[in-house]
Amino acid sequence: MATVVSYTARPRRLTQALLLLLALATGLGAIALVSLGRTGELPSSFPLTAGMAAGIAVLLQVLVMIRAPYADPTILPLTLLLNLIGLAAISSYDTARILFNDKTSAYAGRQLIWTAVGVLACAAVLWLLRDHRILRRYTWVSAVAGALFLLLPLVPGLGRDVYGARIWISIAGYSFQPAEIAKILFAVFFAGYLVSRRDTLALAGPKVLGIHLPRWSDFGPIVVAWAFAVAILVFETDLGTSLMFFGLFVAMLYIATDRLSWMIIGAVMFLPPALYAVTQVSHVQKRLTCWLDPLASSNYEACFQINQGLFGMGAGGVVGAGLGEGRPSMVPFGQSDFIFSGIAEEMGMIGTFAVLLMYLLLVQRALRAAVGISDGFGTLLAGGLGFVIALQVFVVVGGVTRVMPLTGLTLPFLAAGGSSLVANWIIVGLLVRLSDAARRPSARRAGAGAPHGAGAPHGATASDAGAAAPQGVAA
Amino acid sequence: MSELTIVVLRIGFVVALWVFVVAVMLVLRNDLFGTTVVSRGGRRGPQREQRPAADPTAAAALRTDPAVTSTALVVTAGPLRGTTLTLGSTPVLIGRAPECTLVLDDDYASNRHARVFQRDGQWWVEDLGSTNGTLVSEKRIEGVVPFKSGARVRIGRTEIELRRGPR
Repeated sequence: MATVVSYTARPRRLTQALLLLLALATGLGAIALVSLGRTGELPSSFPLTAGMAAGIAVLLQVLVMIRAPYADPTILPLTLLLNLIGLAAISSYDTARILFNDKTSAYAGRQLIWTAVGVLACAAVLWLLRDHRILRRYTWVSAVAGALFLLLPLVPGLGRDVYGARIWISIAGYSFQPAEIAKILFAVFFAGYLVSRRDTLALAGPKVLGIHLPRWSDFGPIVVAWAFAVAILVFETDLGTSLMFFGLFVAMLYIATDRLSWMIIGAVMFLPPALYAVTQVSHVQKRLTCWLDPLASSNYEACFQINQGLFGMGAGGVVGAGLGEGRPSMVPFGQSDFIFSGIAEEMGMIGTFAVLLMYLLLVQRALRAAVGISDGFGTLLAGGLGFVIALQVFVVVGGVTRVMPLTGLTLPFLAAGGSSLVANWIIVGLLVRLSDAARRPSARRAGAGAPHGAGAPHGATASDAGAAAPQGVAA
Repeated sequence: MSELTIVVLRIGFVVALWVFVVAVMLVLRNDLFGTTVVSRGGRRGPQREQRPAADPTAAAALRTDPAVTSTALVVTAGPLRGTTLTLGSTPVLIGRAPECTLVLDDDYASNRHARVFQRDGQWWVEDLGSTNGTLVSEKRIEGVVPFKSGARVRIGRTEIELRRGPR
């Protein structure tokens, strides 16, 4: 006879501290190496950067110890290291631009400030939000707020057209992508809405081509989400944002109902808008051409950015040019949209795979929290937030490596850009909170399971439980 | 700084990067590879020996006493319908967790949902702080209640009944 032993969560705060330390050392090493490679000496701002990064690590560690002691020990170290690698890549872009292009460039400094803002936002989430279920009360508030945020760039005088896409607003000289905040609000809304509607949405309707379709009367929500995505596409002309929102809704619908048919319906529904974009929106049309055949002589000029990115990655090869030895500034927007090609050039395939693995682990932790959490709202929220990160990484890396046409999304934590960084740190704050709820043994269970001891994994077979029964009942 | 030093530092960076990734994976090992199945052969785990064992003679007496009828837990509704568990002197843990005696594949059941156990010659059912509750005869229970023969206990979509019969 065998005993099945399942994993009992431990706080593991020491593990997190050690991982944070390792992340800190590796990330600061990357920043130092960039400067060493470029100029042969450490930059004058290095002590400041190192001090700030260390302060961030200490702040997060202490905060988690106080507010979320059972949180997943790997989420914050993964995020911190990704953020620091992003800083290194951006400073490499900056220094290359100054050295080879004779231009001023100070994206790294700005990114450092936004990192601090993002971490403070994450800390505020952890400190103020004691229980993720409170967010469920704001289901409809976040729907309205999310819609407003998303439509803000359409307000005349406030919104700005940047390379064909109208997804920016600018206030007093600062520009901001409100869609980044809107995606969090929509994840909260979808989670709150779907958790109360999932039972009806899961009901089976007619069977077409061997797939159980949902009932026709349940198509309302997906049609509304679809119409919204189409509106973004038509008025803001951004396929990426449109895809992100519709994809988020469909993914959360799938998590809520466990019905594959919703995914198929979602994919089919997104085809017409995508076709519209490809044929009618000029900059999307161009991106399709550049996806299919960027190196043809007729397309070469138009696809300059993606070609430079490809050459950069090719120059990196397996082991990479070395940090601070590449030329990421040769690629237009090598600090934001095309930061991935810069990282691939300098860190090579070896480093790039490590970075992609870190994303994979981060998303896996989000989905693991979704599985472990006991309420449906938390499951949907964690799953949705994890999916948003995964979708962004796939779309951006896929766009740069020509797996799919390029769209205007940002690589979480790596790409230069304040709105994206702050929004993603808030997402990480929520994920830490959710993972704490998922792993925390409930008060009741801690009482009933006291004889087992909370610290060690245990096997509770019938005989073991028998031994513990008298204490358990008494308690 | 010499070229060689920088190359060494770069190699060190790549190593540190991968050490970090592998360290994260090691931390998650339990999660990534799921539950472990421990053989209960001759070797006993150290934690098991420390635990007070049920009195073996009493259990044996119960098993061999012809006057005692056997009791079975029968699943009457839900995905596991038709499953029968013969109850001994040991409690039965019901829930979604793999270590449960009756493992339910049910979104509405908690990991460790309820326990059925014997005390003072009677069977009891105890709700272990489940999210959606345990219903005995359509009423949600708090803590421990007697489990009468024929009473229906509902856990998520699963319904179980206690049946007594001659051995």
